[in-house]
Amino acid sequence: MPVPWESSLVTQLKAQYGSGIREANTYLGQNYLVLDPSITHEILEILHEEEEFEYCVDITAVHYPKREKPFDLIWILYSFAKNQRLRVKTMLADGESFPSSVAIWPTANWLEREVYDMFGIKFDGHPDLKRILMPDGWKGHPLRKDYGIVQQDTEWVQVNLGIESGQ
Amino acid sequence: MLDYVTSYLGMNTTPGQAGNVFWALIYILVVFAGVSVAVMAMNWLERKALAHFQIRLGPMRVGPHGLLQPIADAVKLMTKEDIIPAEADAFVFWIAPLIILCASFTVYIVIPFGPTHAITDLNIGVLFMLGVSSLSVLGVVMAGWASNSHYPLLGALRSSAQMISYEVAMGMAVVSAILMTSLNKTGTGTLSMIGIVEAQQQQQIWFLFKFFPFGFIAFAIFAIAMVAETNRAPFDLPEAESELTAGFHTEYSGLRWSLFMLGEYAAMIAVSSIAVTLWLGGWLRPFPNTLTGATWDLVFSLLPGFTFLGLALIAFIGVIRMPKHPYFRIQTMGLAGFAVVLGIIGLVLFIPPVRDRIQDIFWFVAKVAVFMYLYIWYRATFPRYRFDQLMRVGWKVLLPVAIGVLIMTAILGVVL
Amino acid sequence: MADPTTYLSHLELGEPDKTFLDSSELIINMGPQHPATHGVLRVILKLDGEKVLGTECVIGYLHRGVEKIAEHRTYTMFNPYVDRMDYVAAVSNGLGYCEAVEKLLNIEAPPRAKYIRVILTELNRIASHQLWLGTHALDIGAMTPLFYTFRDREEILKIFEKYCGARLTTHAFRIGGCQYETYEGFEQDVKKFLDFVPPRIDEYEELLTTNRIWVERTREVGKISAADCKALGVTGPVLRASGVKWDIRKALPYANYSEFDFDIPTGANGDTFDRYMVRMQEMRQSLRIIRQAVERIPEGPIMAKVPKVMKPPVGEVYHSIEAPKGELGYFIVSDGSTQPYRVRVRPPSFVNLQALDIMVRGQLVADVIAVIGTLDIVLGEVDR
Repeated sequence: MPVPWESSLVTQLKAQYGSGIREANTYLGQNYLVLDPSITHEILEILHEEEEFEYCVDITAVHYPKREKPFDLIWILYSFAKNQRLRVKTMLADGESFPSSVAIWPTANWLEREVYDMFGIKFDGHPDLKRILMPDGWKGHPLRKDYGIVQQDTEWVQVNLGIESGQ
Repeated sequence: MLDYVTSYLGMNTTPGQAGNVFWALIYILVVFAGVSVAVMAMNWLERKALAHFQIRLGPMRVGPHGLLQPIADAVKLMTKEDIIPAEADAFVFWIAPLIILCASFTVYIVIPFGPTHAITDLNIGVLFMLGVSSLSVLGVVMAGWASNSHYPLLGALRSSAQMISYEVAMGMAVVSAILMTSLNKTGTGTLSMIGIVEAQQQQQIWFLFKFFPFGFIAFAIFAIAMVAETNRAPFDLPEAESELTAGFHTEYSGLRWSLFMLGEYAAMIAVSSIAVTLWLGGWLRPFPNTLTGATWDLVFSLLPGFTFLGLALIAFIGVIRMPKHPYFRIQTMGLAGFAVVLGIIGLVLFIPPVRDRIQDIFWFVAKVAVFMYLYIWYRATFPRYRFDQLMRVGWKVLLPVAIGVLIMTAILGVVL
Repeated sequence: MADPTTYLSHLELGEPDKTFLDSSELIINMGPQHPATHGVLRVILKLDGEKVLGTECVIGYLHRGVEKIAEHRTYTMFNPYVDRMDYVAAVSNGLGYCEAVEKLLNIEAPPRAKYIRVILTELNRIASHQLWLGTHALDIGAMTPLFYTFRDREEILKIFEKYCGARLTTHAFRIGGCQYETYEGFEQDVKKFLDFVPPRIDEYEELLTTNRIWVERTREVGKISAADCKALGVTGPVLRASGVKWDIRKALPYANYSEFDFDIPTGANGDTFDRYMVRMQEMRQSLRIIRQAVERIPEGPIMAKVPKVMKPPVGEVYHSIEAPKGELGYFIVSDGSTQPYRVRVRPPSFVNLQALDIMVRGQLVADVIAVIGTLDIVLGEVDR
């Protein structure tokens, strides 16, 4: 039962971007925006500069393999001044990359690296995009839905650990 | 043969000075054995005292209350594999711990346990001591270099930088003590260790209390510098495990490593002995002037015996508190035997001829023991100094204060 | 295995074929096995003599794929996995997860359950800070506080053991409330603890706060400004020590923290000493909360009406709590089935560890270890 979110921010953004703002709803008391990938980076900058969302709590992604645009890229932002939390969501196609938010929030450095590591979404302009949790040289992106729960990169295991992967 | 022995008892100088090679060798052996036993005792005491500071018990299994733990440690270290790194310079690797050991042990030649109880009494005793103890820096650098790995080398360089920095402050403090020896009728001081203690006896004041507070400050500077010299907490950054460079003795294993530990503890005892000689009156009993007279002499001469009887009592209480279980029978018997031995030593120390001769040695050893306990106390209480802070303390704090104390001592010596 | 020089490429490395004695820059590896890195953390340092020019953290040695596992377990089955992330403060992790799922299901735990949750969570906060203090002091060289804090932590672990059977990974809470009623004598034990602990905290302070060497090792070390903290997403005691008075328990209250009266300690300088003082004060404030909670705990049910088969409606929720280490958040996406579609754990230690680079630039090598200790990271949470 998401409820439309009425606020001056929403009206302002809708006036500026019109249909780029797909949804602006509230569910369980938490506000979120669903945006077009083309305008998302700009809106994130506006949220940081003008709306004082100076703390980027988290950047994460969800994989819906059966959808036309399978990846949901989500930012969770918080404003100290307004004591408000906001979620910003956008949909990406497989292989589509997205501009990095490191210039806006330095915390995005490791958060985006983890999204790349787990989902394979590349971020343009990231200073150091490489795997963070999985070993370097691992093939496959584990949190995608087509990656099995006991699946391993057997070649990496054999080369680097010298054992046959038990799975 | 017998008159050879009685001739010894009639000697009134140290064997070295009398030119008596045989007795000098006996003294050397006794000192060497005594220091080795003291090092083992220190090892045990450190583990027990540190454990009690940290609300735990320490070694309890190997021998009653862990008394045989040092022997177990020695056996373990001797049976460990002796690893020499492949690229290491074997000769330097072998000789480095020996240099440290020899430097630490050579200092004992001049340390006086009594007016005639020293191996020898060089009339440049203090200079000899300062010079020889500095040779251990060479051993440290050689150990780090020979390991052919950058962490030990960096650790060795840090350690040697620390040691030579604190030697400067140490030297200045020592000089103020030497100045105080010249405050007698003839106005000549002495560098000989026995002479310094005799000067304290003559001036009837321990140099610790002379020109208060300057004697005390000089002593404090020496006490801090000696902890830094021996790489002990809180100045143990070069050998701490949780720091990046693991210290100059990383690549050493087994018996070679134990030689480093032996050298470290021997150096600790040596510098403490020097502090005791220079400031705490060496072998003099406490209150030599205020509590004079035959009765007070008698009371103080009974103290060694009472100390050992007190230790025997503590051991007996330990025996009573042992659990009454068959597994503990051997330990209980061992502790009881130890208590009995301590008691017998205590009783022997009451016999008048022994009592008189043992006075000096007992007071000297007691004062050094206090320092050893302080070393352990520092280790339990203080965090480590960072290396730049350590160097700052040595050069920017201790050295100016030491020079200031030296100047004030000189002025007061002339004026008063 | 990758060549370590590639890691620091973004720091404009010099030529790698000079020997370490020629170049003025040295690359040193604080390997995954190290007594002071609180777990398997690898830090690559670029040094100029003793000064740190840059660092790079290599993590992932403890990655167990908790988020992937969540997609293959039901909501109740995933509950025990959550403890294993920040294994030092397991009760907080459980609280965050249970509350997030309760939000999704639109149910609320009954009042008595909320009080029990607050008491156990605050006890866990004290235990976590005590462990932090012991290990941090040990890294800096003071060996004794470790034993004192572990001895006092035993009392808390005994309470946990009597309550739910486990000391460390407690699995104390369930979705909808608590499963176990408090045991006979729970209130007495907690009250005894409240009397026993304040003099002990004073003892730790006595050993360290006025100890000159401690002050010299921690003042002006690892400074981070409030603006940097906010930009880097650093939360918890690190943020509060830099001067920002922000605590999720006050800003966005959860459980029934709004009913309790407590202060938020802050620091002025943002250095290691301030973080130490903030955590000591936090321990005392936690005691205050526990005292109020244990006096006011009501009677009543401990479990809400939760459906046997939990199928939350389709939707997403993000819920965060103030864990001892910072803001611990759970982002749960439900697709209407019994298993969550995605569980994202926002780990405070992971985000705080990013700040290590800024905090140690220009400082000495010995400070790197002090700063890692003061950030209070647990690798189980960094890697999940």
